[in-house]
Amino acid sequence: MREARRYRLPPIAFGLGTVILAFAVIEVLIRADVISQYVMPTPWQVLLSFGRVVAEEDIPHRFLATAGECLAAGALMSVFGMLLGVALYRFRLLRAATETWVAAFAAAPLVLAYPLFLVIFGRTAWTIIMIGFLSGLAPVALKTLEGLTGVRPALLNVGRSFRLTPAQQFWKVLFPAAVPTIFVGFRLGFIFALINVVGVEFLINFGGLGQLINELAERYDLPGTYAAITFVILVSVLFFIALEGIERWLRPAS
Amino acid sequence: MSAKVMPFAPQATMEMPILVVEDVVKRFDTPEGPLTAVDHMSFSVREGEFVSIIGPSGCGKSTLFSVLGGLVGGYEGKVTIEGQPIAGPHPAIGMVFQEDSTFPWRSVLDNVAFPLEIQGMSRADRYARARHFIAMVGLEGFEKRFPAELSGGMRQRVSIARTLAFQPKILLMDEPFGALDEQTRLLLGDKVLQIQQQLRQTMLLITHSISEAVQLSDRIVVMTYRPGRVKRIIDIDLPRPRSIDVVSSEAFGRYVAAIWSDLRDEASRGMNDAEARQRSSS
Ligand SMILES: Nc1ncnc2c1ncn2[C@@H]1O[C@H](COP(=O)(O)OP(=O)(O)OP(=O)(O)O)[C@@H](O)[C@H]1O
Ligand SMILES: [Mg+2]
Repeated sequence: MREARRYRLPPIAFGLGTVILAFAVIEVLIRADVISQYVMPTPWQVLLSFGRVVAEEDIPHRFLATAGECLAAGALMSVFGMLLGVALYRFRLLRAATETWVAAFAAAPLVLAYPLFLVIFGRTAWTIIMIGFLSGLAPVALKTLEGLTGVRPALLNVGRSFRLTPAQQFWKVLFPAAVPTIFVGFRLGFIFALINVVGVEFLINFGGLGQLINELAERYDLPGTYAAITFVILVSVLFFIALEGIERWLRPAS
Repeated sequence: MSAKVMPFAPQATMEMPILVVEDVVKRFDTPEGPLTAVDHMSFSVREGEFVSIIGPSGCGKSTLFSVLGGLVGGYEGKVTIEGQPIAGPHPAIGMVFQEDSTFPWRSVLDNVAFPLEIQGMSRADRYARARHFIAMVGLEGFEKRFPAELSGGMRQRVSIARTLAFQPKILLMDEPFGALDEQTRLLLGDKVLQIQQQLRQTMLLITHSISEAVQLSDRIVVMTYRPGRVKRIIDIDLPRPRSIDVVSSEAFGRYVAAIWSDLRDEASRGMNDAEARQRSSS
């Protein structure tokens, strides 16, 4: 275990180094006027604007609003996506009839339907959450199905020969065996959900970071806009770290 | 030479056989039409007996075990355990599978404790029992490891310990030593024999190794290649308890030679078959 920790530092250092290097390159390109200053602020300007944005634009509150919407959308997407995936796995007819539709649904630009959601849920967080939830649903369902179908028959036979009940067979064999694939679905679904949550916040000018980005962009506060985008990235990073933690807890050492 | 229920060996007591296989036929539907994997197989096993099944690759040994384990349906014939026809997995039967069947997300200890967890045994009790069986297969010190950190042969021993912990009356082992070297195989075979005699378990073992079959068994069922039938059932009249030394005895050599000559025909038929198929497909 000590060994493992020693090897965790270089990737982190390398990752940070790459980001800093990329920022330095952009900084140079903008200062050399290869990229126009009117299109993109320099990373340094963005960095300087953080204090202002956090103090003046109520960042903590907005951050929590967006993170909360993502959490709600992510939870709904995980529960219903898995249920849908399990249903597709269990009922062959359902699967044959709808698998293609579910896949097509994954590619649908759901965000364009936002007026419909506005009519149903009003200009509330629910509109944002529901669009986020629905856009992450298909990847979770499809990856759950893939994970369950991919479980090795030998493992299923172990469960059957020990006479597990169907519920035990699911929770003690099928689900843990499928966890790595299901979590790929969670990650994909979460990316879709986050994009749509922030996108709809932007579109309907309501809620957290998306709305702020909208306002700052309208004010032509470019460094501030990019600073706000950084907080969106932070939401994403936090969720990914949490997902990784949960996966490691469910499936140690794999 | 096909279906034939072997009469009990002379020294047998009058007790009822614990497992009876009667005229079992199992076919698979394949793209090339139906394939008979097990063809009218019949034999019976007495309580505490050690029976090996030997036959060329692809002759239907694993399929036979799936039938006995209640894992496949759609077969003809009948399998009874203590007089009761089976329908699905029977509580008296424990299986060790040919493929790696350890749970990668469970440590060695939790893998072996798995059947006990299912039975609702308390954590302390099941871990104590699991440790006992882990030691029995020589994996002491690996309790906290995960299957990915073990060799193929070690994983197979985890499966064996897991099924032993279940304490089934009848143990079906499908080539549990396939991934092991000859020396470990001999030692572990010896260990299994000790365990079997200690626990008075009935054991059925699928193996490719003739000497392993002779070393361990009371009887050996030799199968034919395609369709899988009983070619011959041989009683092994070597004294018990047997130690590894039995391998060097003269009687041992005679049994090995006899089974080898039976198997040679079947194995070469299997090889020719495979080559012919390769030619026709390329
Ligand atoms: N699920 C299945 N569907 C179709 N054919 C099958 C299936 N399982 C096994 N078979 C076929 O049945 C035959 C017997 O297979 P089986 O696995 O029982 O052989 P085996 O004696 O265990 O071989 P080995 O010693 O190589 O493990 C093979 O020809 C195999 O192709
Ligand atoms: Mg086999």
